[in-house]
Amino acid sequence: MALKIVKGSIDRMFDKNLQDLVRGIRNHKDDEAKYISTCIDEIKQELKQDNIAVKANAVCKLTYLQMLGYDVSWAAFNIVEVMSSSKFTYKRIGYLAASQCFHEGTDVIMLTTNQIRKDLSSPNQYDTGVALTGLSCFVTPDLARDLANDIMTLMSHTKPYIRKKAVLIMYKVFLKYPESLRPAFPRLKEKLEDPDPGVQSAAVNVICELARRNPKNYLSLAPLFFKLMTSSTNNWVLIKIIKLFGALTPLEPRLGKKLIEPLTNLIHSTSAMSLLYECVNTVIAVLISLSSGMPNHSASIQLCVQKLRILIEDSDQNLKYLGLLAMSKILKTHPKSVQSHKDLILQCLDDKDESIRLRALDLLYGMVSKKNLMEIVKKLMLHVDKAEGTTYRDELLTKIIDICSQSNFQYITNFEWYISILVELTRLEGTRHGHLIASQMLDVAIRVKAIRGFAVAQMATLLDNAHLLTGNTQRNGICEVLYAAAWICGEFSEHLEDPMQTLEAMLRPKVATLPGHIQAVYVQNAAKLFATVLRKHDGETESQAAQETSQLLIDRLPLFVQSANLEVQERASCILQLVKYIQKLQQKNVEVAEEVTALFAGELNPVAPKAQKKVPIPEGLDLDAWINEPPSESESEDEKPKAVFAKEEPKHSRSRHTEVDEKELARRREVRKQEQANNPFYIKASPSSQKVYDAPGVEHIPVVQIDLSVPLKVPGMPMSDQYLKLEVERRQKEKAERKKKEKKKKREKRGKERKADSGPESEEDITPAHQVDIVTEEMPENALPSDDDDKDPNDPHKALDIDLDKPLADSEKLPVRTHRPEALKSPAEDRDSESVPQETKKKSGKEKKKDKEKDRKRSKEEKKKKKKHKEVEEELLESQPEEAVQSEETKEAAAPPTSTSAEEVTAPSSAAAAVDTSSAAAPESEPDEPKDTEPEDTKSSKHKKKKQKKEKEEKEKKKKKRHHHHHQHHSDAGGEDSVQNGTVEEEEPLPPMSNYSLLAENSYIKMMKEDADQVYDIQGNHQDESKVVVSVIFENKSDSFLKSMEFNVLDSLNSKLQRPEGAGAHDSLTVPFQLPPGVSNEARFVFSVQSIIMPQKLKGTLTFIVKSDESSTHEKLDFKLHFTCTSYLITTPCYSDAYAKLLESGDLKGSSLRLEGINMPFHHLLARICFHHHFSVVERIDSCASMYSRSIQGHHVCLLVKTSDQTVSIDAKCDEPSLLGNVLDEIKQTFSKC
Amino acid sequence: MIKAILIFNNHGKPRLIRFYQYFAEDMQQQIIRETFHLVSKRDDNVCNFLEGGSLIGGSDYKLIYRHYATLYFVFCVDSSESELGILDLIQVFVETLDKCFENVCELDLIFHMDKVHYILQEVVMGGMVLETNMNEIVAQVELQNRMEKSEVQVWASI
Repeated sequence: MALKIVKGSIDRMFDKNLQDLVRGIRNHKDDEAKYISTCIDEIKQELKQDNIAVKANAVCKLTYLQMLGYDVSWAAFNIVEVMSSSKFTYKRIGYLAASQCFHEGTDVIMLTTNQIRKDLSSPNQYDTGVALTGLSCFVTPDLARDLANDIMTLMSHTKPYIRKKAVLIMYKVFLKYPESLRPAFPRLKEKLEDPDPGVQSAAVNVICELARRNPKNYLSLAPLFFKLMTSSTNNWVLIKIIKLFGALTPLEPRLGKKLIEPLTNLIHSTSAMSLLYECVNTVIAVLISLSSGMPNHSASIQLCVQKLRILIEDSDQNLKYLGLLAMSKILKTHPKSVQSHKDLILQCLDDKDESIRLRALDLLYGMVSKKNLMEIVKKLMLHVDKAEGTTYRDELLTKIIDICSQSNFQYITNFEWYISILVELTRLEGTRHGHLIASQMLDVAIRVKAIRGFAVAQMATLLDNAHLLTGNTQRNGICEVLYAAAWICGEFSEHLEDPMQTLEAMLRPKVATLPGHIQAVYVQNAAKLFATVLRKHDGETESQAAQETSQLLIDRLPLFVQSANLEVQERASCILQLVKYIQKLQQKNVEVAEEVTALFAGELNPVAPKAQKKVPIPEGLDLDAWINEPPSESESEDEKPKAVFAKEEPKHSRSRHTEVDEKELARRREVRKQEQANNPFYIKASPSSQKVYDAPGVEHIPVVQIDLSVPLKVPGMPMSDQYLKLEVERRQKEKAERKKKEKKKKREKRGKERKADSGPESEEDITPAHQVDIVTEEMPENALPSDDDDKDPNDPHKALDIDLDKPLADSEKLPVRTHRPEALKSPAEDRDSESVPQETKKKSGKEKKKDKEKDRKRSKEEKKKKKKHKEVEEELLESQPEEAVQSEETKEAAAPPTSTSAEEVTAPSSAAAAVDTSSAAAPESEPDEPKDTEPEDTKSSKHKKKKQKKEKEEKEKKKKKRHHHHHQHHSDAGGEDSVQNGTVEEEEPLPPMSNYSLLAENSYIKMMKEDADQVYDIQGNHQDESKVVVSVIFENKSDSFLKSMEFNVLDSLNSKLQRPEGAGAHDSLTVPFQLPPGVSNEARFVFSVQSIIMPQKLKGTLTFIVKSDESSTHEKLDFKLHFTCTSYLITTPCYSDAYAKLLESGDLKGSSLRLEGINMPFHHLLARICFHHHFSVVERIDSCASMYSRSIQGHHVCLLVKTSDQTVSIDAKCDEPSLLGNVLDEIKQTFSKC
Repeated sequence: MIKAILIFNNHGKPRLIRFYQYFAEDMQQQIIRETFHLVSKRDDNVCNFLEGGSLIGGSDYKLIYRHYATLYFVFCVDSSESELGILDLIQVFVETLDKCFENVCELDLIFHMDKVHYILQEVVMGGMVLETNMNEIVAQVELQNRMEKSEVQVWASI
């Protein structure tokens, strides 16, 4: 052994260390690769040795080689070995190597879990630190899951050094294991107020990073951050917070208003440029979010612009850059205030720094107007000529095109000028953007009808001079414009002066050197030109010209027929045969022109780029559905869908669909027309709507007559400049004329009073030189408007969009390593993991209790915090007016009253309650199950409004999960609530509704039962047995501690309480919590039910121990559980056509019910039925509605509800008459109560 | 978030690379080459921000760099970081190196890449800024070095 160590250290002495390796590499500059490969061989030898020091040295060298680009993943296992050394020195080397080269695909990472866990809990803080640092670089979902709990514990470590690292790494853990976010969040929030500034900064960092991606979930932290902002002096933290506010304000305008003042103060007081800059940025964000309704916000804008100007004028290039960057943000909402600094920005275009020039270009984009477009583009064209690098020049080119084409060519008054600009741009050498120019040419020529003549002439010239563009085709992207030129000349050939010449140009042999797709266009459009030529000479008998043209084609086309490009070849040979045939006919003196022209008749309309994506999926078409059933694994699976198809597919809905579609089509067409009529940028064909052109004096505008003989290049002066000059002249003339008229008018009116011409002319004064008809792009009929096209579905942050204000649930606890499997599950948990049969062991009960207690403590803390912070929040927001919220409500109310409307009707009230309970209820159960609590009257209702957004979300989630919980826990305050919860469908507010009913009560305890509405249908396993979950709220009314609560029910034949495996049929269930005085909590019990067509009543007993200071007594409370038939219904949305089909099928039996003396609004009535009886509205027409629900065993229940003067008649159909009868009875009861 | 930290010299030779997102080795080298290409052609009196490093990140990302004598320090960051803040951070990092190596020069980085990594680990962790206070950083680095030394002594005494 001793010998081995000695041998090891001797070996080590002869080994190269990192320094030797580096020196060696530097000395072998000529044969570096060879030298390194010998080094790698040595390293491989070293790694084979047992001595950890040698190994660590080798790994250290590998890390260096990794930097040079060598793959060292083969040594991953050795790295793990070094990581697990007990010596800090080696451990650090190992972790460094791992952090450099491990990633999610590294398989040995699995082996590290225990080592890392050991290091995390090491008594040496640096072992822990090194492990945390390393882990932050290679954490995988598995590691995150397994270590989340350990890291969370470290967040409360005694050493701030560890705390801050643990806090930071949590972000990585969240990303990889989103489930950990909710359990860890309370502690993370605590760290915002950590005494150590480093830890605080880390927490701010993590929360900012989280909030940036999903800001709405962090709105509730705003008051806390507000406090930090006003108290912190750490610029780094301040910057982060201010950036965070920038992300939050768009969601909460009131926050923005609060922020303006402190931010302005900071702007005035701080000396740190970084802070100043971020403040300005956030003020801009605030102003954008407010956009209007702030009296003094022009002052803030002025302040920002003024500060930014100072930055831009600074000699420090960095500040200049950032100033421009921020300026571009202001530009979006307040272009006026930026436009006044045009001089400064144009100046920046001349800057030597490319980044700054690019930023200035961005700004220019937003600064153009009809008035200055030509001028700005001229400046840019000058820069294009001067620009040295191709990247910058390309950038300029795209910017010019962007600027001109923005918002549907809004700013272009003269399209001839624009075409000339495009033609001038084709002279750029080596640009990659030929296709961009080409698409612009096509776009303009197609959409601006008036310009076609001019465009065609220009394109013909381009084609004629094609040789200039195609100098070296291979690397030259500019030849793409020939594609456009050829197409335009062909398509609009009727405008061509001399089609024959163009045709000749298009068939030159040189064309064969162009890329294939361009040749194809050439060939195709040559045919179009041919048709035009024929038509031109139509009527002339024995036209020599026509025959010559045919001959030309026959001579030249064979060149293309031989093309290697299939497309070209195919088109050419088709057209060649066609022309040969035509020639034959011509020789027989047959009139062919008409037929040939007919080949290319019809106009092509522009189609919007998104059109294909926007084609709506026809109703009833499921793109994800199998067309053919995949080979099934089990037959039972196979059977069911088949039946569905057989039933649904054939006769139904076809005819109805098309009918609806046609109606819909007509409607949408109308809407579109309307929209176009209202769109100022859509220049209409009918003169009546053209206000602009009706202005006095327009008729006299000298419209530029284009001399088509003007050569492409005017010597000495680029052509577009000509237009600029003309434009200026034109405008002056126009102005003068207008002045004259005005003067006349004025003279007529008042004689004397004369005002100086007021400054710059307004936008409207500038009239386009051409009357243009900009054709809008076509979209598919009934395309769905949506903006979510560009969301990235792979964004890892999507998974972190988690509501953090809901209380924690048991199931959300971070996985903790345990030695024994958890036993004695509460029924609620049992339900969660039904599929996994668990053994029950009573032994570990104690352990579990401890856990629970801990948990509760934690949750209590959280509760307190939440309360506190809510108060702060209220303070912060109280003083603000509430228009913002109102608008939000109306938005919500405007939601279409389709089948979901009923849900929406009820949801706000229940969701508000859910949010309230979150602060008081112990978080022992599922997060999305709102729990009831003792009434808390002190809750300000304002608070609820604040949470509307979150409610909305919750609603969404609920809808998805198909089970929802509607209850309102303090009905006494309900009236007021509902008013604030907003009006729905512009009708009266809904009265509050509660799904909780009193079960039993004595002086100690009160039991409330929620309608059993979370229901499982487990038909798959047991043919006719279903499970029903009953939530019971236990409220301690006494001053004593209640414990050892046991819940028992006398089973009936039909309904049985689900007991843990191994328990006797009459054993009672332990309620999984204890109740301190005044506290309430909720437990869930699962019942299995066989038949659901009859309501059930079960007798039960709750026994518990009342423990006060002096004594403890054993108490008992009897109750009756009532399972209504309603509780077996699940709210299931149903489409109207499926509904109609269901009724048509004739399988359902009918029954009806009349209710007299109901005087409540119809929508309340529907809402009540939806809420209490789990129906959804299928269709509602005036005072008639069809509703649908499904039982847990798949019975369909359909209702047709009609109302007229206080009488409500309900016609109902269901495939199970007795179920229907019972449901109707229950509905009757509901309404008899009110 | 910081996506990558690259240090290379005037010839583009990497002196330290630290990616906070996984890239294969050849991709890493390509990123270094491209970044060097972008950064090296810029004058010293132009701004220190660069957009359009197409390999890393995309439009949300920026290159923020500083040029010291023979070395470029390049941080690739997204929009959640303050540009000027990162510039300050680079300064802090370099000053820390200066303190730890006593008048740092390129050779120190060449021969002690591991040590530079250890210092960087105290400044940035997993792409997020860990500490900006130089004294704190230096103190932690020195404590760890001392620990290493004590271990070596133990080793030597065996």
